[in-house]
Amino acid sequence: MGEFCRIAWLVMRKDLRVEVRSRELVYTTVFFATSCVLVFSFAFVREGRPLAGVEAGIVWVALAYAGQLALGRAFERELGQDALRALLLAPVERSAIFVGKLLGIVLLMAIVEVVVVFLVTLFFSSALIEQAFWLAALLAAATVGFAAVGTLFAAMLARSQSRAVLLPVLLYPVTIPVLVAGVSGTIALLAAEPNLDQARFWLALIAFFDVVFLTLTLWTFEPLMAE
Amino acid sequence: MTRMRNRSQTIWFAAAVLLFATAPVLIAMAPNEATMGLVAKIFYFHVPAWFVMFAAVFVCGIASAVYLFTERARADRLAVSAAELAVLFGLMGLTTGPLWGRVSWGVWWQWDVRLTTALILELTFIAYLLLRRYGGPGSEKLSAGLALFGMANVPFVYVSVNFWRTIHPETTVVPTLEMPMAGPFWWCVAAYFALFLVMLDGRRRLEEQRAAVDRLRLAYDDD
Amino acid sequence: MSATPAAEDPFDFEQVTVSNVSRHYGRRRALTRVSLTLRRGEVVGLLGPNGAGKSTLLGLLASLIAPSAGTVRYGDRTADAAGALLRGRLGLLSHELRLYPELTARENLDFFAGLYGLPDAAARVSAALERARLADRAGDAVQGFSRGMRQRLALERTLLHDPRLVLLDEPFTGLDEGSCRALASRLRDLRSARRMVLVATHDLDLIDGIVDRAVLLRRGRVGTLAEAGGTLRERYRAALAE
Repeated sequence: MGEFCRIAWLVMRKDLRVEVRSRELVYTTVFFATSCVLVFSFAFVREGRPLAGVEAGIVWVALAYAGQLALGRAFERELGQDALRALLLAPVERSAIFVGKLLGIVLLMAIVEVVVVFLVTLFFSSALIEQAFWLAALLAAATVGFAAVGTLFAAMLARSQSRAVLLPVLLYPVTIPVLVAGVSGTIALLAAEPNLDQARFWLALIAFFDVVFLTLTLWTFEPLMAE
Repeated sequence: MTRMRNRSQTIWFAAAVLLFATAPVLIAMAPNEATMGLVAKIFYFHVPAWFVMFAAVFVCGIASAVYLFTERARADRLAVSAAELAVLFGLMGLTTGPLWGRVSWGVWWQWDVRLTTALILELTFIAYLLLRRYGGPGSEKLSAGLALFGMANVPFVYVSVNFWRTIHPETTVVPTLEMPMAGPFWWCVAAYFALFLVMLDGRRRLEEQRAAVDRLRLAYDDD
Repeated sequence: MSATPAAEDPFDFEQVTVSNVSRHYGRRRALTRVSLTLRRGEVVGLLGPNGAGKSTLLGLLASLIAPSAGTVRYGDRTADAAGALLRGRLGLLSHELRLYPELTARENLDFFAGLYGLPDAAARVSAALERARLADRAGDAVQGFSRGMRQRLALERTLLHDPRLVLLDEPFTGLDEGSCRALASRLRDLRSARRMVLVATHDLDLIDGIVDRAVLLRRGRVGTLAEAGGTLRERYRAALAE
């Protein structure tokens, strides 16, 4: 177990260091998420006023899109130098490498989330921040589930020529429960009288999804990476 | 051996045809549902198609898991056959569903939990077929992973869509079966399952033959 | 670099045996019934035109690709039977260089030293930088390096954990005269350290005299290359002309 954590930590630290040097992923995904929020504003603001409760959807859709972009690029980077194979050749449990990559993506998405929530609060004078704790819990849980499935799919598609189109094709049908739960939980929080019971229910659903799909991804990463 | 297999297939095929041919007669004789009239008869196609789609999803998911962990190519051939049938029967459910909805709810599409779940499953398995077609070498493995995830996702999709729906409460007409309708209905279900098994077996055999041709071609190249 | 006796290391092996290995992708055959044996203390050249299956064979030997038929044995075990730790005895330098351009030379080596769990990592990394003649550029990001510098660094990265089986895919590409000579002497060192080395290359003149023998791959099969009679290039041309 110690060895597993050490490897995961190493891989994550390496990814973060690469990202700190190039800042490519942070810049592009934050910019992309911002444009998403803008596009939605034009769609959902009528006569200067946003439609009621529309912020929840905007936050989650912007995150899903930005997350997809980050996932694709994160693996393209490994692939550019064929480094993914070098990682797979290391005499370590391959699922530890997976967890390392997953942690890197989760941290990156956390940054994007902070920006998106801030922007939506600003643009839509939304009450998002008022339930900061529950919102953060929902976002954190959903990010883990979304990124776990996404990291596995992006890793297995890394060998495929048409990975750019196939990643969203595979990713969204499988992660719909997370998005439904995220949006619904956020709507419950945004109500004039925040409905914490409902938010807790959605949080529990996402947590359950996380447990099942993390187990499945750890279990299938090794056979899926074998050529 | 082959002859035995051929004979049992003939019997299966005959059974499926018989069941299927009888179904419309029984449906025609079944009493009309009071509020829906003739359109209610869609029910006899719609619900069995939906049952079969679920069966196909689980066959595909389990066969994929077997393939992923044992690398038995036969399991993969079964999985791809089941995936195609899941998409086919799903399409059937998704076209007949709105027809029902138009009469029953007055709208073509209703974000009903079953309809939505079916739509998401349909998308998952279309993605499976797309991945197989455009994924390049090794996509059998990757699509097996997707099928496994798609299957594990079914309860999550159902629960999330169900509770999401309760936020915008709308009434649904859930038809309760009266006794005279139950007989023809279950007959149709049996017919659909027989059809599913025949098609699955035929499709799987096609896949086996394809693999055999590939083997022969490779062996021919060898010399 | 010291040769560890096989007895001390349960994952070590004296020879690698490829027997009757085929690999196909759908209907496309990459390798057809390839058999060959690599022994310690041998440098073997892997020759063949583009698309002959050289990279697939290297991937197979590196345990990254599974054979469709046949077996690859390390000592008396297959990669599946030996498990993950066996991979620590293999080193593959692929055509793409597997370095992170944003990281410095030292960081690249440090990362892989950590991944392989190498003892005395710092000393090994410094020695490797020395051998790559990059000690004075150790703190610079790899993206500023020339192809030759990257190639040297990638080679040392591949050899960092002192693998028993060294697989090199076109290691001479992009190297200047001096670096080529350095690589040639590195290969000779590996031979005296009793490693097994397989070099896939088109630079026949460069490896002539370094390799103990050469294996020819043609359309996924092992071809025959005359044992003697002229330079390696002449024999290679003669074999292809058949």
